[in-house]
Amino acid sequence: MLRRFVDPEGSQHTTGSSQAHPFLEPGQTFGSVTDKISSIVLGRGTTKGWIIGFAIGFCLLMVFNVAVAYLLFKGVGIWGINIPIGWGFAIINFVWWIGIGHAGTLISAILLLLHQKWRTSINRFAEAMTLFAVACAGTFPLLHMGRPWLAFWLMPYPNPMWMWPQFRSPLVWDVFAVSTYLTVSLLFWFVGLIPDLATLRDRAKNRAAQVIYGMFAMGWRGSAVHWSRYETASILLAGLATPLVISVHTVVSFDFAVAQVPGWHATIFPPYFVAGAIYAGFAMVMTLSIPIRKYYHLEEFITMRHLDNMAKVMLATGLIVAYGYMMETFMAFYGGNQFERAMVLNRMTGPYKFVYWSLILCNIAIPQFLWSSKVRSRVPALFAVALVVNVGMWLERFVIVVISLHRDFMPSSWGMYYPTRWDWATFIGTMGLFLTLFYLFIRFLPMISISEMRTLVKETQEGKGE
Amino acid sequence: MSQIFHHSTNLISRLSIYGGVFILGLLGFALYEIELSPWYTDQNVAREQPVPFSHKHHAGELGIDCRYCHTSVEKSSFAGVPPTQTCMSCHSQIWTNAAMLEPVRASYRDDKSISWTRVNALPDFVYFDHSIHVSKGVGCTTCHGPIAEMPITWRAGTLYMSWCLECHRQPEKYVRPKSEVFNPNYEPPSNQLELGRKLVKQYKIQSLTNCTVCHR
Repeated sequence: MLRRFVDPEGSQHTTGSSQAHPFLEPGQTFGSVTDKISSIVLGRGTTKGWIIGFAIGFCLLMVFNVAVAYLLFKGVGIWGINIPIGWGFAIINFVWWIGIGHAGTLISAILLLLHQKWRTSINRFAEAMTLFAVACAGTFPLLHMGRPWLAFWLMPYPNPMWMWPQFRSPLVWDVFAVSTYLTVSLLFWFVGLIPDLATLRDRAKNRAAQVIYGMFAMGWRGSAVHWSRYETASILLAGLATPLVISVHTVVSFDFAVAQVPGWHATIFPPYFVAGAIYAGFAMVMTLSIPIRKYYHLEEFITMRHLDNMAKVMLATGLIVAYGYMMETFMAFYGGNQFERAMVLNRMTGPYKFVYWSLILCNIAIPQFLWSSKVRSRVPALFAVALVVNVGMWLERFVIVVISLHRDFMPSSWGMYYPTRWDWATFIGTMGLFLTLFYLFIRFLPMISISEMRTLVKETQEGKGE
Repeated sequence: MSQIFHHSTNLISRLSIYGGVFILGLLGFALYEIELSPWYTDQNVAREQPVPFSHKHHAGELGIDCRYCHTSVEKSSFAGVPPTQTCMSCHSQIWTNAAMLEPVRASYRDDKSISWTRVNALPDFVYFDHSIHVSKGVGCTTCHGPIAEMPITWRAGTLYMSWCLECHRQPEKYVRPKSEVFNPNYEPPSNQLELGRKLVKQYKIQSLTNCTVCHR
């Protein structure tokens, strides 16, 4: 078995501090865990609830297809972007989606290295969420380029133009950051899935499922050598993914911070973007896990302890984000630059002040309820706060992208940005892409890691013995 | 429980891992080679013309100067395709009954231009000016190849940006004395680099590789 999970000190600590809400409700056995999780995929079949949810996601995906098809036909002019606001929804949504992914990587990599066992029951679908969020995020800069079929020009490869991408541009760093992120996340997710795919292969009744799961299980037999290699690979990938949690959103923040536009050109951007990403990501994990645990009756696996921990992470990262907002405002006045000052005043009192104050409400004011343990123990309240934070983080990117661009140095170049119906259709469409992928995931793959939950069973049993 | 997969699957799966890497690598290499091949670029492919005009005969064997026909090459961005009158300045006197030249005579009679097939055509997003190149010591054959040996004209370069940049990055490798610009039989001397560096200085040639030089 995995050494890291049978570390005696860790298990004692875990069981000792989790009397009220353990990570796994007691009374589970190896068999019951495996049965419960694998039956969602194999035994339950396609339920009505799943079909309805999938249908909604799929309809929205079709909205996305229409929006993209029309975009390719007409060009980016169908969006509300124009000088001075050339970025608009595309970049807002890109940053929003990519930020959401960060919680998955944090849960799967950093919490693994830190031996935080409570990650076990949420890491699988948090990682899936990361992958799907990165997929959604990736579409926006590609579509925003105007000629997405030439996207491969972003990669450095030998070509008859004798051209390299502009390596001094943070937009090129973005390409590397995001593609590395996608690759490592995908590998990490897949390696973690292998033992579970083997379980599904062995439990599948029909031939097609056996072959398909069998192919992806890559010949896993659960021998000691397999487990040893599996563990090495997981730790290595966790080591690779850990810096990515910090680096990806740092590079995304460089897209802004390297430019000289007031409101973008700030050294606090990297840390505050990373904190914001984890904040948004945990809000999304919460948004997803609450309905899933309810609908699939997984309260024994995703316990109140998990929700409580996630709420605390949200509270902490939310405070870092609040500090970031505070420092931006402070530096605008302390720095003595009239353009920075004008930008901050324009944020608070300009034509988009409603967005700014909604952001403060959603991202700073409302999440303070999480200080109260009563709020943290009430699932609907947590769900509501998570939704509010999701909206808040989107508003934050709107504030950064649109408000900073719409009034820069020269009043003659000022303008306003209004999203068109195609902006909205593309944005809502990516939600459809996300939902569709997520529904397919919970239908065909174990959404909680069976093999890692089994190790928790061992610990809860040991805990009872003591 | 019976086995799901046959024993041979082990071999196939191992091969597919290595194969994947090599096949993808090979595919990339093949695409790159295709992009550089004459089949795709038309480099070194002789183009059919309404009249089989031979630069080999006119510029090589007879030694007619390039500027006799391409009159605007020193003054304009476009070297100029000669009007039928230019052909007729000789062919009203010699080979007046040659069947091969009937389209030329017909064009002259009917006052209708011969529609030559363009061999070297740069895309519209590239600005190119013949006059500056010619007056800075870039010979005709540097870009147009051994024109004095072409019975039917072909494109000597790929016209890819890399082809332009070869010279724009290192003009000393290609530049020649101004007196030799229109010499179709010019051979670069053995000390080309030495001479080139001297000429680059003397002609004040800049190595212009900024995007906006050509993409205006």
